[in-house]
Amino acid sequence: MNHRQRHRVRLLGVVSGPAAWMLAFLFVPYAVMFTYSFYSRQFPMMIPDFQFGNYLSLLTDPQYYKVLLRTLKISALVSILSVLLAYPLTYFIVFKIKSGRTRTFLYFAVIVPLWVSYLLRAYTWKTILGSEGVLNSFLIWIGVLDEPADLFLYSQFAMVIVLTYIYIPFLVMPVYTSLEKIPQNLVEASKDLGVRPFETFLKITLPLSVPGILAGMTFTFCLTMGDFVAPFLVGGPDGMMIANVVQVQFGTAFNWPLGSALSMVMLAIVLIIISASDKFERAGRLDLA
Amino acid sequence: MNTEAHTAAINLPTSARRSGPLQIGGRTLSDNAIAAAAACALAFLYVPILVLIVFSFNDNPVTTLPLRGFTLDWYVRALSNEDMLTAVWNSIFVASFAVTLCLLVGLPSAFAMDRYDFPGKSLFRRFALLPITLPGIITGIAMLNMFRAMGMELSLWTVILGHGTALTAVVITQIYARLQRFNRRLEEASSDLGAKPWQTFFYVTLPNIRSAIIGTSLLSFTLSFDEIPVTFFLTGRDNTLPMYIYSTIRRGITPEVNAIGTLIVVASLCLILFSIYLLYSEENE
Repeated sequence: MNHRQRHRVRLLGVVSGPAAWMLAFLFVPYAVMFTYSFYSRQFPMMIPDFQFGNYLSLLTDPQYYKVLLRTLKISALVSILSVLLAYPLTYFIVFKIKSGRTRTFLYFAVIVPLWVSYLLRAYTWKTILGSEGVLNSFLIWIGVLDEPADLFLYSQFAMVIVLTYIYIPFLVMPVYTSLEKIPQNLVEASKDLGVRPFETFLKITLPLSVPGILAGMTFTFCLTMGDFVAPFLVGGPDGMMIANVVQVQFGTAFNWPLGSALSMVMLAIVLIIISASDKFERAGRLDLA
Repeated sequence: MNTEAHTAAINLPTSARRSGPLQIGGRTLSDNAIAAAAACALAFLYVPILVLIVFSFNDNPVTTLPLRGFTLDWYVRALSNEDMLTAVWNSIFVASFAVTLCLLVGLPSAFAMDRYDFPGKSLFRRFALLPITLPGIITGIAMLNMFRAMGMELSLWTVILGHGTALTAVVITQIYARLQRFNRRLEEASSDLGAKPWQTFFYVTLPNIRSAIIGTSLLSFTLSFDEIPVTFFLTGRDNTLPMYIYSTIRRGITPEVNAIGTLIVVASLCLILFSIYLLYSEENE
């Protein structure tokens, strides 16, 4: 065997396993889901078919498209609120902390919660916002309220808070990377030219960190879109999100074709957003050069 | 989504390693405002976790202030709850096999992406990293559909396959990042000295990425242990711990969940900190 052939054999040995796995557990499942989304529902399960009824009911039945619009709205709110909270924090860590050790410590202090049980982080908010919860009892204790307020829990407000809380680290990470890449001599040059700090921030730092912000918002938006635990725990009657509807189709409603169609729509939206933000990010990177 | 964004998502940015100030200047009003905003954001991140822990020791079945007194009762109850303990074991079982799967698929994938050019490489990378940005529910449902089509019964094994699929991307990004930093000259030196490729792999390459492998294993173990959206659709009669807690919360909240939750949070924190130590400590060398 010559060198080339040996290289090929080795490549085949390394790639074939993972490629087969991805084919079997990523590609095939999506293909099956795609197929099922055209099936018809029939007791007890479904029958093979090719019709667009499942997709059409998403467009015509307000029950579904309203939920979809609400999901998009909540995902947008969560991404925006996450930026508003994460950006100053990240800016502070990158530019205002002088010791490298402290910076590392703070960075991980922000990231670590991401890896700690998702369910428990959502659960603890239920105990905080509930009518017999920490917040209400605190407000009564210090005399601000006379009786528990119901407005905290079981509302879209609660969902946005909880989801923001859960996904903030996803914003901090890319924003951190983009902020620390900004050449400091640009900022200094701007300062030397007599530009005020805030203007320098608006004209240099902020535009150069846009790729990070976009990447973070993409993560947050996509993950919020697919969340069904937070709505279940803290969302009210008007808090159903698309993932909850999907969950019901595969559970009590027993309508797999419709559930598959809904999942396909979710998948499509997520993929569109990912590739769009990818394009913007690339454009942003050209600006840097 | 590009690889850079993904690795950026998990890897320590360079300035965190760099020491010394990035900007010199006196404290101004705006500095204070930023510091205050940062403090609020940090509080927002940590107060809820604190609440979880504090109320696991509070002698009151409802989570209200003021605190009533210290008790370990909720821990005693949680630890003597048979269903919960079974769920813990199920979770450990699932996470162990899922991590093994992730490594079996993730290691060669990372190697392939780092060292080989092959047709369809960018498609390969896209597919491999897709589960990170994809909501877990989509992965879960797609796999549920396939298992159904194949006539497979749902069990802890289907959960393991699901976790393996969803979490392999985490292993890939970590190992890929380590391989990118690895000095390939070491391998060249080894082969110049007459080592066979497998010898070079086992004596040079592997020891250099070992800590990354252990670190990423611990991380994926934690993630699998806590996983819910994929598990929700792929589990049969057996419950993992998060699924058990999920069904408990449905019935109403008790500080027992705070107790088991505190134990999970503490255990996860230990595993995560250790894995971060393993993944990043060697970078200074």
